[in-house]
Amino acid sequence: MRVELRNLCKRWGNVVGVDNISLEIKDSEFVALLGPSGCGKTTTLLMIAGIYKPTSGEILFDGRIVNHIPPKDRNIGMVFQSYALYPHMTVFENMAYPLKLQKVPKDEQRRRVQHVADMMGIGHLLDRKPGQLSGGQQQRVALGRALVKDPELLLFDEPLSNLDARLRLTMRGEIKRRQMELGITSIYVTHDQVEAMTMADRIAVIKDGKLQAYDTPDELYERPRTLFIAGFIGNPPMNLINGVEVVRDGEEYLARHQAFCLRVPAERGKHVAAKGEVILGIRPEDISLADDGQDGMRGEVYVVEPLGRDDLVNVELPGNTFIHFLADPALRLKPGTPVALCFNTEKVQFFDPRTERSLLWH
Amino acid sequence: MAIWVETERTGGLSRQLRSSMAYVLLIVSIIPILVGYAWLLIATFSYRTEGLLPKDAEGHVGGWTLANWAFVTDPLIWRVTLNSLLIALAMVVGVGLASSLAGYALSRMNFVGRRGFLSMTLILHAFPSVTLLISIFFVLQAISALPGFGNIFGYNTVGGVALVMVSLDLPLGIWLMKGFFDNISWDMERAALIDGASRFRVWWEIIMPQIRPGLAALAIFTFLTGWSAYLIPATFTIGTKVSNLPVYINYLMSETSPTNWNQIAAVGLFQMIPILVFFFFTQEKLLNIYSGGTKGGV
Ligand SMILES: Nc1ncnc2c1ncn2[C@@H]1O[C@H](COP(=O)(O)OP(=O)(O)OP(=O)(O)O)[C@@H](O)[C@H]1O
Ligand SMILES: [Mg+2]
Repeated sequence: MRVELRNLCKRWGNVVGVDNISLEIKDSEFVALLGPSGCGKTTTLLMIAGIYKPTSGEILFDGRIVNHIPPKDRNIGMVFQSYALYPHMTVFENMAYPLKLQKVPKDEQRRRVQHVADMMGIGHLLDRKPGQLSGGQQQRVALGRALVKDPELLLFDEPLSNLDARLRLTMRGEIKRRQMELGITSIYVTHDQVEAMTMADRIAVIKDGKLQAYDTPDELYERPRTLFIAGFIGNPPMNLINGVEVVRDGEEYLARHQAFCLRVPAERGKHVAAKGEVILGIRPEDISLADDGQDGMRGEVYVVEPLGRDDLVNVELPGNTFIHFLADPALRLKPGTPVALCFNTEKVQFFDPRTERSLLWH
Repeated sequence: MAIWVETERTGGLSRQLRSSMAYVLLIVSIIPILVGYAWLLIATFSYRTEGLLPKDAEGHVGGWTLANWAFVTDPLIWRVTLNSLLIALAMVVGVGLASSLAGYALSRMNFVGRRGFLSMTLILHAFPSVTLLISIFFVLQAISALPGFGNIFGYNTVGGVALVMVSLDLPLGIWLMKGFFDNISWDMERAALIDGASRFRVWWEIIMPQIRPGLAALAIFTFLTGWSAYLIPATFTIGTKVSNLPVYINYLMSETSPTNWNQIAAVGLFQMIPILVFFFFTQEKLLNIYSGGTKGGV
């Protein structure tokens, strides 16, 4: 099912939950709504579900305005962060409830619930009450209940945030897999950018109720259009260095800062030259230690945070500037070690500090 | 467990002393109540009493008798008991139904006048019912004038008394039920709406089963209120001897002279029996009303 939001707004008195969001979701696409806590993700989802009435704007399913259609007639399945299982019913009754309401015959109910339960690996738990299940099992029941009625649209509201890290990883893969197999259009709310990056076909980044960007994960990662997206997408986050000035130097462009002077490729530098002070962005993985003899920017290791595969190293550059980069743990960097760093200048980003927009991508 | 043993050992004597002091204090303070109950029990089976000792006509210890219980053969007592029961049951049903519907609406829906309604119910609850007696009298008279309806819920009827008692108890019931509904997550309700349930089915099939302990507690409280009600039945069934049990006791006190206290004690005990049985089986639920209902789910 295609979903379209047109200038969607939700206000409660002076509180603005969702501010003029427009976006289009293709059939069987998996879209993540990503944003910090309180930015209006749940509100958007509940409007799509029909629980909240939009203050203004339209919601369209397959080109049809559904603003006034009650939730039960929208044929959607929803999975909540709290699972929202009915504690007084068994797993079977929980999963059969949507079918019971559709007046599906008893034996067909049993067949369909069993089918979905087996698919979710909870076929042996049907007689238990939700209180007798682990968090991961409850999560599967919730997903099963959403799937059992063959919805045309699946809504997820941070379904994995109550699970431990390992289970989250498993379920992430599982949800993505089911969604691809069944081809159900899905909207997935999360504040975890890794979840959004790994699962979604496209990500809608929301901040303060406004749509910041709506693009594929790669595009958001490689070509962040605003400072917010640059800082929000990617883990560990992008280094953002204030007070950089880019000047033309013959055929080349130089990015100058109190602590360093970088040669920048022309196709990036030409957009930024003579724009005054700008913000330079560079991801930790695009910074490396300078080889011997190579001229790097000098600094001193401030903190080392082992991440397992890499060490996340915080380096202090002259002028009280700190930047993160990823180093090989075998190097055994210690606080106080002097280092020379080298930027992959093909990947640097530039932002206007006033508008907070990218100077490279529009 | 280990920690407990530890403190027991180190804190030893003073701790034990303190806990036994608490017991002594508690026991001493309930002695008057226990003595009262003991007297009640003894008095109902004796000719007369001196202190806690049953005495016969000559003043010797003894004089056990069942005469005080003769009232159970009087058909009047059973009609009175039936009235007590009817009032109590009407209250359970009326208060339970109205406050679970109103409490749900107040907890979940946003409508014009919601806040005003909530504060009004609170203010009404603060009114002592005595101050309302006269105005209620006029209302009941107006109801009596209605054809048909007036015979059931008018002045001087059990229905009328029940109606008044239900309305006086509603503010408390509504607030309690609203509190129970407030404790239930919105998500569950939203999930049910998306699953395809109507608002009413959500209320009945999803929400109500989860506040059952709270509802039970409310039912018990209103039953007790109705069962032992005196003021309203006494006021609004003037002219008929057939009111409820507490009124009947009062009638015994004023009509027989000299007052036969032992007989009154017997009727009092008679009235208490169902309540004692009731408490015995429901005390756990009753405690629930203070601890917020659905803790532990299921
Ligand atoms: N019923 C409501 N009445 C008033 N304000 C509300 C209501 N629901 C949400 N809001 C406000 O709207 C904003 C968006 O809330 P929303 O629940 O959509 O955030 P969210 O993005 O889902 O956050 P989280 O990640 O914490 O779940 C918040 O500022 C919130 O306080
Ligand atoms: Mg939310």
